[in-house]
Order: sequence, then C-alpha cells, then structure tokens
Amino acid sequence: MVDSASIAMATHKRASVWARLLRNPAVAFGGAILLIMVLIGFLAPLLDTIDPTQINPSARNRKPGTEITLRLDDGSQIKRIARMGTDSLGRDIYSRTVYGARVSLAVGLSVAVIATAIGVVIGLISGYFRRADAVIMRFMDGLMAIPPILLALTLVALWGAGVVTVIFAIVVPQIAPVTRLVRSVVLSVREEPYVEAAISVGTPTPLLLYRHILPNTIAPLIVQGTFIAALAISVEAILSFLGVGIPPETPSWGNIMAEGRSVFRILPYGILYPGLFLAFTVLAVNILGDGLRDTLDPKMSKRV
Amino acid sequence: MSAAGKDAPILEVRGLAVALPKDGDRAHAVEKVSFTVGRGEILCLVGESGSGKSVIAFTVMGLLPKALRPVAGEILLAGENLLTASPSRLRDLRCTRMSMIFQEPMTALNPVMTCGDQIDEVLRTHTDLSPEARKAKIVDVLTQVRLPEPERIYDSYPHQLSGGQRQRIMIAMALVLDPVLLIADEPTTALDVTTQAQILELIKELQRSHGTGVLFITHDFGVVAEIAHRVAVLRWGELVEIGPTEEILSRPKHDYTKMLIASVPSIHPRHRDAKAGAAVVLKTDKLDKTYAGGGFFQKARPVHAAAEVSIEVRKGQTLGIVGESGSGKSTVARCIARLIDPTGGSIALNGVEVGTLSVGELRPHRRRIQIVFQDPYRSLNPRRTVGDSIVEGPMNYGLSREDALGRARRLMELVRLDPAALDRYPHQFSGGQRQRICIARALAMEPELLIADEAVSALDVSVQKQVLELLDEIRVRLDLAVLFITHDLRVAAQICDHVAVMSQGRVVEYGPAVEVFGSPKHDYTKSLFAAAPGRHWDFGKALA
Repeated sequence: MVDSASIAMATHKRASVWARLLRNPAVAFGGAILLIMVLIGFLAPLLDTIDPTQINPSARNRKPGTEITLRLDDGSQIKRIARMGTDSLGRDIYSRTVYGARVSLAVGLSVAVIATAIGVVIGLISGYFRRADAVIMRFMDGLMAIPPILLALTLVALWGAGVVTVIFAIVVPQIAPVTRLVRSVVLSVREEPYVEAAISVGTPTPLLLYRHILPNTIAPLIVQGTFIAALAISVEAILSFLGVGIPPETPSWGNIMAEGRSVFRILPYGILYPGLFLAFTVLAVNILGDGLRDTLDPKMSKRV
Repeated sequence: MSAAGKDAPILEVRGLAVALPKDGDRAHAVEKVSFTVGRGEILCLVGESGSGKSVIAFTVMGLLPKALRPVAGEILLAGENLLTASPSRLRDLRCTRMSMIFQEPMTALNPVMTCGDQIDEVLRTHTDLSPEARKAKIVDVLTQVRLPEPERIYDSYPHQLSGGQRQRIMIAMALVLDPVLLIADEPTTALDVTTQAQILELIKELQRSHGTGVLFITHDFGVVAEIAHRVAVLRWGELVEIGPTEEILSRPKHDYTKMLIASVPSIHPRHRDAKAGAAVVLKTDKLDKTYAGGGFFQKARPVHAAAEVSIEVRKGQTLGIVGESGSGKSTVARCIARLIDPTGGSIALNGVEVGTLSVGELRPHRRRIQIVFQDPYRSLNPRRTVGDSIVEGPMNYGLSREDALGRARRLMELVRLDPAALDRYPHQFSGGQRQRICIARALAMEPELLIADEAVSALDVSVQKQVLELLDEIRVRLDLAVLFITHDLRVAAQICDHVAVMSQGRVVEYGPAVEVFGSPKHDYTKSLFAAAPGRHWDFGKALA
C-alpha cells in the first residue's frame, strides 16, 4: 500500500509540473508560436519553396504576387508566383524567409545549450570551491566587459564569416551571466544541512555536485536558457544585417533584411516579412521564458 | 497572585472559529475558542506547532492573512467587538488600545530607520504631541524598558543592537501609548536563555506597573511557569483546558495537558549508571578555530570561534556541550565532524588523529563520525527518497545497493518507522519522523561517534521527548559514543552523562552532569541555571 501510494504521489507530482506549465497562458502561447516556427523550419522543403540561394537575373526586385519564370538546372522552365517578391538578385524572398527559420532557431538553440552547459560547469566549480571562486569570478568580470558586437567583428575578421563564428561570438558574453546564476544557487545550496550530511557520509565531491547541488540549478537555468535563446536569435540577425554574421548567400533573416535595405523605399517587403518572423519568434521565446519563470521559479514571479 | 481585577475582562473571546482555506489539513484553524484576559492579568496560550495559537493572536489584532477568515464568535476588547470593526477603526485601536510583540525582533523592525524614529512614527500617527514632547516620551519609555543610554539608542539602527535590546525596543514601541492589552507572540523564543529571563522579568514588571492585560503565546512550559497567571492549552485549534497556572501545571485534568507536561524534560539530571573506564572514543586537545575573514581586498577582524577546547567522549556515554548562541558549541561539533577545518589543536578518534588529515586522507575516517542536524526540514534532500538518502553513505563505501537497502530497512525499524516507507519523499514525513530518518542515515554508516547538533531543538516537546528517548536507547543498544550539542539545559539534564558548558568559544565548566547541574562552580554556569525558565517546577517528576 505504501509503495503504490508513494509511486502515485511521485508520478502525480511530475504530471502536475507539466499540467501547471501548460495551464500557464504565457507558456502555452509562447510555446505554440515557437512550435509553429520549428515546424516551418523543419518542413521548409515541403512548403512550396524553391532553392533559396538560386539567383534569377531576369526576375529581380519583383513585388509580392508577381509571376516569375524560373530556369532549373536541367534547362526546363517553370512558372511560379513570388509570394513575397524577389530580392535584388532575383531570389525568392518567401523561400529564403522560410529557410531562414532554420538558421535562426539553430543559432538560438545552440547558443543557449552551449552557453548554459559551459556556464553550469564553471558556476558549479566557482560556487563550490572558494579558492577557485575568486579567480574565476574576476575572469568572468573581464568577460562581461567585452562588447558582444565588437567581439563578433573581431572574430569575423580573424576567422571569416560563418555560423560557427557567429555562435561562438554570441556564446562568449553569455557564459558570465549563466555562471553567476549557477554560482548564486550553489552558494546558497551548499550551506543546506542535507549537503553537509552528504559530505559527512563520504560522498565524493563530483557526485555531490551532480546529485545534490545540480538539480537545484535546473529550473532557473531553463528560464535563463530561453532568454539567452531569444537574445541569440536577435543578435544573429543584427550581425548578419551588419554583414559580419552568416555569409550573405545563406538565407537567414538578418541576411534577407540586409539585402532588402538598399531597395527598402520602393520594395519594403525584403525587410518586412523576415522582420515579422524575427519579431514573432523572439517575442514567443521571451513570453515562453516569462511563463516558465512564473511556474518553475515562483520566487521570481511578480505575482508573489 | 496579582491578577484578578474585579472589573470586566479587557479581552473576551467567545466561540471564535477561523476557517482555513479549502485545501488545508483541517476545516478550521481554531474552533470554539473562548477565554478572557482580565486587567493586569497574564494569560498564556500554550500549544504545539499548528495548534492555532498564533492565529488567535493575529485575529485579535485584525492582521490575519486574507486566506483565513473568522467565521464565528466574537472578540470583545473592553466591550467593543473587533470582528465587526472597520479596518480604520482597527488601525486606530492598534498601539493605542492593543499592541503586539513578535518572535523575531530583527524582522519586526525596519532596518533603515533608527529605533527612535520607529517609535516616533507610532506617536505621530496616533497623537498630536509636539516633537519635543514625543522625544521626551520616547526617551522615557526607553528608560522604562531598561535600555542603557536611551538617547544613544534613540539614534541607533536595529542592526547596532543585540537581540535582547531589539526586543526591548519592540516592547517600548508596544507600550508607548499605554495599551490595555499586550499580545506577545513567542517574544523570547529567538533569544538566549539569560536574555529571555530578563525580557520575561521586564514584561512582568511593566505589566504590573501599567496594569496591562497580556496574552502571552508560547510553546515552552518553563516560560509558562515563570510568567503566567492563568494558562489556556490549545490542541489542533481547540481549547482543551484553561485554569490558573498552579492548577494546570500540577493537577492537569485533560490527558493532552498531562502528556505535554510529562514531556517537558526535568532540569534535574537523571541518575545514570555510566560505566567507569569505558574506552575513550573521541578526545580533543586544545581544539581551536579562528575565522580569519576578509577577502582579496580587505582584511576582516579575526573571530575566535573556539579556543582551547579539550573534551573527551567515552564509548556508550553522552557528552553534552551546553551554551548560548555564539558560544562556539556548533563550531566545535562541525570541527570534530570535519565539516570545517580546525585551525589548531588535535582531534583523536580512537587514538587516530583526524583533525589534521587532508581531504583525501580523511575519506576513510568520515564514516566513523556522523552528525544529525537541527533543522529536520532541510537535512534531507527533498528530491531524493529517504531510502536513497540512507543508502547513499554505505554505497559510497562500497556496499552493494541490496545490502545497503537491507541495512536501511533494519535501521528504519530501529528508529520505529515503517521500512516500507523507504521510497517515500521527505515531504511526506513530519518533523519528528524526518529527524528519525536523519538518525537512521547517520547510523547506516556504523559510526563510532554520533554528533547531535541541536537535534531536538526544532521539535515540539512531545516529539522531542520521543526522539530523546530514541537517541538514548540507541546509545545503549549500540554502545555508541554521543556528542550532544544543545542550548537547552533541560534536554542536557536528561540525556548527558557529562556536560561541558561553553561561553565565548571556551569551555568554562566541564564535569559529570550530576555535579555540574547539582553544584555549578563557574559564574557563567550559575547565571545560566538562574535564568532557566520555570526552574522551580519539576515537570518531569510532578507526574511521573
């Protein structure tokens, strides 16, 4: 009886976290928009798109809804409607925008994952080992003093433009905030009697960190991770727009907008459509983060 | 007794019921509670945690959280029903007719205002006195609560004062407008015993000279014996018994009151047949801990938390370290458990020096000393089942999970818990049960020395009694050496063979419990005993 009751209790608890998350309107709304974006990115080839990099000199700078003729590699010609018009090289803005979701989401996700992963390790060490702490945190102070855009410009000058460079450039300044977050949690949890009890029953330090301290950092990290993802998506767009991000032929929302800049007054569509996608995605991730914070971390919630 | 004013009671509570929110563990926080407080009378509300005693205090003051509603009865303050009074009327009554002092004087005071300004705020709100008159009145009331240099205290911030001084400020603030009713909600629980004695004396004295009626809330029967004229005993929100102090303490009628009073440990040490010549398990020699403090850029004043502490614990015996907060007793315990590193002296465990071992060398010795902490709610990882918590240690030292679980099941029986409860989570247990689990976790390591660091201090008196009995039974059965850290002389008297009294990092008196309790020699020890509340009542014996 005890067993089944406790198992029921445990599963009930787990289910209730998910139920609570989904009941939060911010989580549901942000999550839904984000899910749509993810689907768009994944299903890009099936959404009536053509090769987003294909140049078409005969159909440059067309308005949305214009019929354009395309020559395929095998010499045959097809006609299609350019839903969002074409850019100054005759590329289909609709196809580019849809494929652009892939780049943005990939950059957002990988920056969030890499930055939190590195930050967790450094933060655990810094929070638990007092001697390491002084050195690590001064280094982090230095890291936070680097302007992100400047770092990106330098790295692109050194290594050339590319997705990896962009991700690296966005990750570096984000490590310090994650480290600080994890460190603050570790500093308070390490004083808990249950941690001291684990020390006195001889739990090896790595296991202690993993088993007793790390779980306390997960909830705030998930929240912080979403905000980093939102930031990364917009910074990638900024860098690409400035021409120091992803190579211009790769469809990313920042690149499409950069391409549309020169003809913005006559044909605003090259900035309008990718801009809308970008805005909605960042908004969705931020709303999702707010909702996660309210449900997972009630102490930070404004309502309490 | 100075009580029993002939006129009508100043506070009359009739059939009070306060509803709990729907998902609470019972329908009403308090129900059918009726009592009176007469002019110049001290009524003690006694009960264990969750009995609803604070709810009554907050209801009277009109300070209940929104989730709780009074649903029946009436509260008459000098004839005026407080339950139907408007919020603005209640605001007028607070401080002028009724005042409250709280348990934690630090959080009850505003840290960014001087003490004088905080009392001045009360006067500005409720009176039309001129600034000079207000200042004079405040200095007068500060003198009344026996604060030295009232002028200086007037300009001090709360953090510049000691806990006892802060509680005096609270009392001054409560009494500055001469209310007819003072509600004291565990006002001495956060204070050391000597400070507590002074504050109790002060409340008694002021109550006598002002003729204030006092509703005094406490869980401590020692305090009750010290201060109360009459006692009301609460259990689960219901009043089980009310009567004169003498009557309730010596001839309780209700079984619950009898059980509570019988649970209060006697201050006279029990006769214990400690075997002479048992092997010495732990011996510290001039143990020293200094906190250097400071960081990269500044040097802080070093703090000598423990100085030249030399104690020994023998097999099958209990050594108590007794002292007030800041005396260094926990520092000693944590040094011995090597949770912090001593800065000097030696710690010998069965002849092996463990005080100076490095972290790596220490590992094989860790299991030989185990510690049980004060706070049962934070001592267990809330994310792990109690079984996982208990088997963690043995598995660290190479026991297989099956063997460790087998040991855990036997230990659960030893601490009188259902072995089947091993895969439950800590939140499904009460405080006393959790403390048993912590004891089981410590015993799973088969230690040679068990340290209990205030292990029963957070528990209700009836639960405390059970855990104390359990600890003593385990000591006998396993022939274990126990180091028992406590601030509570009564608890020490019941469980210790030897006692070391600590003050300001030093052991000031050390000897067999019977001698230390029977004829204390050091002045500090004497003052501790003199301050122990209710020392004239021998609770344990009265009913045994």
